[in-house]
Amino acid sequence: MNLEIALLLGQDGIVNGAIYALLALALVLVFAVTRVIFIPQGEFVAYGALTLATFQMGKTPNTIWLLLGVGILVALIDTIIAVRGGNLGRLKRIVLWNLVLPAVVVGLVLLLEPGKLPLAAQVALTLAIVVPLGPMVYRLVYQPLAEASVLILLIVSVAVHLVLAGLGLLFFGAEGSRTTPFSEAQFQLGTLAVNGQTVFVVGTSVVLIIALYQFFGRTLYGKALRATAINRVGARLMGISNTMAGKLSFTLAAGIGALSGILISPITTVYYDTGFMIGLKGFVAAIIAGLASYPLAAAGAVLVGLLESFSSFWASAFKEVIVFTLIIPVLMWRSLTSHHVEEEE
Amino acid sequence: MKVKSIVVALLSAGAVTLAHADITVGVSVSATGPAASLGIPEQNTFTLMPTEIGGEKVKYIILDDASDTTTAVRNARKFVSEDKVDAIIGSTITPNSLAMIDVAAEAETPLVSMAASARIVEPMDPKRHWVFKTPQNDLQMSTAITEHMSNLGVKTVAFIGFSDAYGEGWWNEFSKMVDLRKLKMVANERFSRTDTSVTGQVLKIMSANPDAILIAGSGTPSALPQKALKEKGYKGKIYQTHGAANNDFLRVCGKDCEGTFMPTGPMLVASQLPDTNPMKKSALDYVTKYEKAFGAGSVATFGGHAWDAGMLLVNAIPVALKKSKPGTKEFRAALRDALEGTKELYASHGVFTMTPTDHLGLDQRARVMVRVEGGKWVLEK
Repeated sequence: MNLEIALLLGQDGIVNGAIYALLALALVLVFAVTRVIFIPQGEFVAYGALTLATFQMGKTPNTIWLLLGVGILVALIDTIIAVRGGNLGRLKRIVLWNLVLPAVVVGLVLLLEPGKLPLAAQVALTLAIVVPLGPMVYRLVYQPLAEASVLILLIVSVAVHLVLAGLGLLFFGAEGSRTTPFSEAQFQLGTLAVNGQTVFVVGTSVVLIIALYQFFGRTLYGKALRATAINRVGARLMGISNTMAGKLSFTLAAGIGALSGILISPITTVYYDTGFMIGLKGFVAAIIAGLASYPLAAAGAVLVGLLESFSSFWASAFKEVIVFTLIIPVLMWRSLTSHHVEEEE
Repeated sequence: MKVKSIVVALLSAGAVTLAHADITVGVSVSATGPAASLGIPEQNTFTLMPTEIGGEKVKYIILDDASDTTTAVRNARKFVSEDKVDAIIGSTITPNSLAMIDVAAEAETPLVSMAASARIVEPMDPKRHWVFKTPQNDLQMSTAITEHMSNLGVKTVAFIGFSDAYGEGWWNEFSKMVDLRKLKMVANERFSRTDTSVTGQVLKIMSANPDAILIAGSGTPSALPQKALKEKGYKGKIYQTHGAANNDFLRVCGKDCEGTFMPTGPMLVASQLPDTNPMKKSALDYVTKYEKAFGAGSVATFGGHAWDAGMLLVNAIPVALKKSKPGTKEFRAALRDALEGTKELYASHGVFTMTPTDHLGLDQRARVMVRVEGGKWVLEK
């Protein structure tokens, strides 16, 4: 190994690490606010990437029908609950968010021929399709179980993951796709050739992390999420709706997932089940951070990325083993240094 | 995994609503999971199979094993205990097929596998007595690749394959052939289907500077090392295995795959074969049928393996019917004998001639070398 190879591996590790960092942040966020270990996070990566790829092939992605279908289901349930509770004032919002919004998105996709639109518009449409699925999934699956134990929420997450992965196979088929890069530029940094897409990935991740930091530190909604994460009951007593916090965190998680998918799809082939593996690596990073600390999660993600890249050079057959074995010393160290707090039931 | 496969199995079982038929064939394919891109064209192919053979109605019971070994075995058990099948076809991938051998042998039911590894039918023993397979052995394909390499004056080669049974199997056969041909192996790397980056492996291979590289992967994942090699400026020859011979691979790989060589069954380039080649008619027969049902350009070599398994039965069932009635132990034994007695059967991938020791029965006619040119497969002469 010489310096040039080390630099190339380092670059590769940091690019992958940046994506893992985004997913790790989303996992920490969702867990802190709702106590859900969000295994389906990876499916949003695949949905984002493959929806964009379908646009670029000049076809209509089936995810729009999923959006419409789930929207109708949510609207139906919410309307029944609202009517029963005599709470007719809520109907307008229910219809707007769950029926009108998806219908507008579907209409745009069908009318505009997205294959011919500029890339930015395609990305915006993709996000408009995939992101609303986040809060809808929360409403359908997790909201009725909001007070359940972490274990039950985990089992439900596995179920949601299997359903979404199965739908992914149905929508996109078994084979993978790539999308066109955002930038074909090549830079020369000393002896190291850097292409535009990798700069784009790392740059977007950094911007997103800073934006999240500002969001949690400076906005009312961000502070509401933090309050819920620290103490659910206390937050509720202060007038912060746990349901709102849950939906908001799932929206952010779905958004981060879809965006990660869009970022990586030009550098690697994305399959309907690719997201799961990327999500797991993000999960390793989140575990390093004890599912609690955002900066540690980001650092852990870069560590996972670098470890993966260097181990693929030295011992490619054992790459996954090395990456996932990392979790054992981390867990031992965690359980030895921290007190175990029994969860309140 | 389990829940998903059960649901899919129930659904597909429900889809088969044919009335009770005289001959029953149990089919286990990997239509979901990592091998789905191989299993789906196979599953499609069974809709084209003849429903009447030798004057008897044939019923195909198709179950999905989700690329999972345990599910494949459960499917096989269900076939022999509940459905009392006369023959089993399956599965798509090697680990599943190996696991099904025990069930088939125990129930004395012939099994035709659609998976590639030679270990499914070799070495011949009392269990494999009941087992046949249709895809070409890795060894046959390795021979074709190394021969092609020597002809082009290649001296040093590198290998990068899947970190699973597929890659390992290829490594074993290919490294042997490389030694026999007096080529020099300079690097041996692995990657997995779900990898998002192979930069490390590619850098390692390129630092060894080989004349040619073999990428042993199946379907679209095998495009990843190829794209990385081109991106890092590799100028030598790149070979793929027949596992990558589908149109999705070309779509994903795009211009980075130009000039790639691979061995494959003749059906992939059936229309380019000279009219004098006796393979042309039987290969085109399947290609035309499949594309008529599923659209132009949809055919994949994997579906051909399923077709060939069906053709073996079509050929053997009339012989067995002369000896016994379907649904009996005697019929299954007669069917096995008839399969073993297959002689010069032209199918989509080659010509089958079975013997008691050779339950594959393909020869040199079952492979050609192709080159990717302008996003199309071109026959190498």
